[in-house]
Amino acid sequence: MNTAKHHQIWQRREDQDGLVWLALDVPDSATNTLTTDVLDALEQRISELESIPAKGLVLYSAKDNGFIAGADINVFRETHTEDELFSLIRQVQQLFNRIEALPFPTLAMIHGFCLGGGLELALACDYRIAADDDNTRIGLPEVRLGIHPGYGGSVRLIEKLGVMSAMPLMLSGRLLSGRSAAKAGVIDEAVSIRQLRRAAKDRLLNRPTKQRPPRWQALLNTALLRPAVAFLLRRETAKRAQIEHYPAPFALIDVWKNQPSLREDYFAAEARSVAQLLLSDGAQNLVRLFFLRQRLKGLGKLKTPPVTHVHVIGAGVMGGDIAAWCALQGLRVTLQDQTAHQLAPAIKRAQILFKKTLKLPHKVQAAMDRLIPDAEGLGVKQADVVIEAIFENLEAKQSLYQRLEPQLRPDTLLATNTSSIALETLATCLENPERLVGLHFFNPVSKMQLVEVVNGKATAAEWRDRAMAFVVQIDRLPLTVKSAPGFLINRILMPYLLEAVTLAQEGVALERIDKAAKDYGMPMGPIELADTVGLDICQSVADILAGELGLEVPPLLAQLLEQGRLGKKSGHGFYRYDKQNKTIRHRSGSGNTLSSEQIQYRLMLRMFNECAACLNDGIVSDAELLDAGMVFGSGFAPFRGGPVHAMQSKGIADCTEQLKQFSHQYGERFLPHPGWRALS
Amino acid sequence: MTSRNSHPAYPGRPVYVVDGCRTPFLKSTGQPGPFRASDLAVAAGRQLLLRQPFEADRLDEVILGCVMPGPDEVNIGRVAALRMGCPDTVTAWTVQRNCASGMQALDSAATNISSGRSDLVLAGGTEAMSHAPLLLKPDMVGWLAGWQKQLGFINRGKQLSRIKPAMLAPIIGLLRGLTDPTVGLSMGQTAEILAQRFTISRDHMDAFALASHIKLARAQREQWLDEVIPIIAADGSVFEVDNGLRSDSQFHHLAKLRPVFERHGLVTAGNSAQVTDGAAWLLLASEQAVKEYDLPVLGQLLDCQWSGLDPSQMGLGPAYASAALLKRRDLTVEDIDFWEINEAFATQVLACLAAMQDQAFCLDQLDYASPIGELSPARLNVDGGAISIGHPVGASGARIVLHLLKVLEREQAKSGIATLCIGGGQGGAMLVSRAGEIS
Repeated sequence: MNTAKHHQIWQRREDQDGLVWLALDVPDSATNTLTTDVLDALEQRISELESIPAKGLVLYSAKDNGFIAGADINVFRETHTEDELFSLIRQVQQLFNRIEALPFPTLAMIHGFCLGGGLELALACDYRIAADDDNTRIGLPEVRLGIHPGYGGSVRLIEKLGVMSAMPLMLSGRLLSGRSAAKAGVIDEAVSIRQLRRAAKDRLLNRPTKQRPPRWQALLNTALLRPAVAFLLRRETAKRAQIEHYPAPFALIDVWKNQPSLREDYFAAEARSVAQLLLSDGAQNLVRLFFLRQRLKGLGKLKTPPVTHVHVIGAGVMGGDIAAWCALQGLRVTLQDQTAHQLAPAIKRAQILFKKTLKLPHKVQAAMDRLIPDAEGLGVKQADVVIEAIFENLEAKQSLYQRLEPQLRPDTLLATNTSSIALETLATCLENPERLVGLHFFNPVSKMQLVEVVNGKATAAEWRDRAMAFVVQIDRLPLTVKSAPGFLINRILMPYLLEAVTLAQEGVALERIDKAAKDYGMPMGPIELADTVGLDICQSVADILAGELGLEVPPLLAQLLEQGRLGKKSGHGFYRYDKQNKTIRHRSGSGNTLSSEQIQYRLMLRMFNECAACLNDGIVSDAELLDAGMVFGSGFAPFRGGPVHAMQSKGIADCTEQLKQFSHQYGERFLPHPGWRALS
Repeated sequence: MTSRNSHPAYPGRPVYVVDGCRTPFLKSTGQPGPFRASDLAVAAGRQLLLRQPFEADRLDEVILGCVMPGPDEVNIGRVAALRMGCPDTVTAWTVQRNCASGMQALDSAATNISSGRSDLVLAGGTEAMSHAPLLLKPDMVGWLAGWQKQLGFINRGKQLSRIKPAMLAPIIGLLRGLTDPTVGLSMGQTAEILAQRFTISRDHMDAFALASHIKLARAQREQWLDEVIPIIAADGSVFEVDNGLRSDSQFHHLAKLRPVFERHGLVTAGNSAQVTDGAAWLLLASEQAVKEYDLPVLGQLLDCQWSGLDPSQMGLGPAYASAALLKRRDLTVEDIDFWEINEAFATQVLACLAAMQDQAFCLDQLDYASPIGELSPARLNVDGGAISIGHPVGASGARIVLHLLKVLEREQAKSGIATLCIGGGQGGAMLVSRAGEIS
């Protein structure tokens, strides 16, 4: 690439005070990332400044959406050896070190996002200031991709904040607003975006003291105390992540603990650790998911009129939480149920969610004001989207639709959150069956990013597209699925849940079943999941799916229900729960000593077998989407990259062989589905 | 010059009430209630807007009456309008005429519609009396200012020694708000004065209070208060009805209560209006707006009268205002089908009734040659009043007008007067009809 083109990437301007302003404007892209070109161009600019020094330097972005979104993740997908990666990282580190060593003050002027490598660049400057508004997002989220900061960011953040403040930010990958970043010391100041330039100039001309950690924090950085601090950090981290599944945070702690006394060697150790992590399966899978998420988001990037008002009918857990989520995303929401008493718990939960997410009282108030309890259903006539989330009963839903349809504006989307009734059946009562779309949210709505957009046979493409765009508008990930029993997620989860019940029935201790699944990387064990969902709901969904998919429902489920054991909501399901809904520990099972490995295989293979069946039946159009759906909809072990990817890693032949063996041992439910053939 | 009261309030275009609703009125429990004044206004207002066939941007303005908005509610009318989803372009203002603030909002809205300035106005009142502030005494404020100036350990120690326990006692904002600053009497004391002047007995007052509760109980049972919409607090608690109703309100119970304003007085908490939180809104429209959006007409605001009197007898305000209103419209008591006289105090309503039948009072004070007449109890506050429902001072004026229209609708009656007494020595009265002029 020639110099002229490089000069376009980092545009240079010098003002009358002798300050040099470098604006990053990556050509042909809406977002700035640290691509090789960007780094090369920066290197040229820095060389210029090294030969002819300025009075001060400001780095900022010419893009509206933010400063720098991070390193160019595409680079990580290309195959490299560890040494190649190491030297690539070292080059960037050395460039940043040169910025740090410039003989005049430097400043990063941040607006919008400043993530990963972007923040690492900012940390190499003497000062950082950021816009104090809703769009500013600052952080080092590398751990979410299975790596940790590698461009000297971990070294510098700890130097500036102290280990006890810096580590939690890097270990959690949490993103901060401008205000919180200033409070944490990640940046020097958060100012109104109007005053950003003036504040930058003031700082460079007056050179106030630079960010430094409190003395006690510096003390923790001594070789004497580091092992003890590292021990504490590891213990905290282990509460949230298993080292076998997520090695990156542990590696980060180790790099710090074992830091060489020479700063340059410390940088090299950081780079080496990242190079190793980058090549691990975990990181590769997490990066893959990063792109799958983009793909899902892209599916909903359609030109449809934006939604301003959503009407949700049914203020149960799902309906209420969908309504609260929509209000949180800035929409006006009317929430309908029969009486104020039925609406009230949803309002209470919404307030808790808003307080936790929005924090500022005036924002919480605005969100509460947008969420309007509407026992009379007045919002139906005004809404752009009407979502039905009442109990799963065909007649109730149909009679509701018949009352709704004449009230809807011609351009209003009608959606159902049904998880078990076929759209085609529901739509029979409608004048315009083509407008009914399934929008299947997952519990808890605020955590589960996926929404299955169910395409009935009669659903018109226009309405489906509007549904997809709506899902993206409310910051969830849309996945088109065919209208078939259980759609994608519940269908795949059901055999896995039933296998867990079968294992319990066989006398395997409940804790061992859950542990086997969690050791695999599932966020929650299947028995605990059944208790959380409610055994009555499990039974009714299982009954519906059993007929369609030829599943056998173990009688244990019905036996528990007969005893009134409904799960968490009744205080007793498989487990017993105390008033805080915590599991009361007790011995369970009849001492069946099936090995943990066997338990895990049985659970996961039932799930995988159903995945093969879903692909075969065309529930989603390809295996990638299935993987994305399972990770974002059920929390399936992200570091494994999704079930299909996990099956392929394990070896398709291995899986089918094991299935065959189990089918002899445990019965036909393990017979490999014909869908496996397409996978091998 | 024509006499003071000869001009009708709305000489221009007719003013219609097309809809209205209010929150349940929530009795104060001694601590701040779950809703602030703007929360109440928003809860009722967004419901009202939701059921209209037009978008909020069609409103010309929003006018809200409130006596004591919270510190975050400066120009509470605008705060409420924006919070309930009115676009920036809809202007909003706040009015304050003490206990008649809600009625003042209606009057201001009606004036603008009548003059042709507005076509569609949302007007009402709100008050969260349970949120009335505790204030610092001036010497405490002075002490704090001194503290800011004193630097150093010794100086601060000296300043600390200057504090006296009496300085720490807060001023209770609500009590001060309910005290007339020009005559130095609490509202309750002005009621005691009227009891004396018109020889109204404690029994008589208590019977009136009991009737208020009985009428409200019946109205709730018969579901006649359909202007009340349920509201849900952020903590999930639900309020569906006016909760000041005493279910145990037996006569002897009321008789046992001790006077609260004067040691040897007659006015008790039981025969006074309750300290309450609540909000009420009415949607007012011109004929043009009624036609354009095909709005149902609940009734018409025909006229409004404000009268001034001796602040120490402020409870007689309704008598003065109603008398002037009847006279101007050339109407008699019999021409009015239903009355709402706000029940600030039982004795104050009874005093008004007595005054209107008192030959000398009517002649001297109201400029009537003969007594104005007797108001039949069957036509007065038929579904209870502030003694049972509560009196959120900024909201009551709007509530009584709205409910009066509801009563006229239910009873297929034609005309009504809603009137209230106003701390500081004023009376307000509004003449309404179901539709058209009263003959």
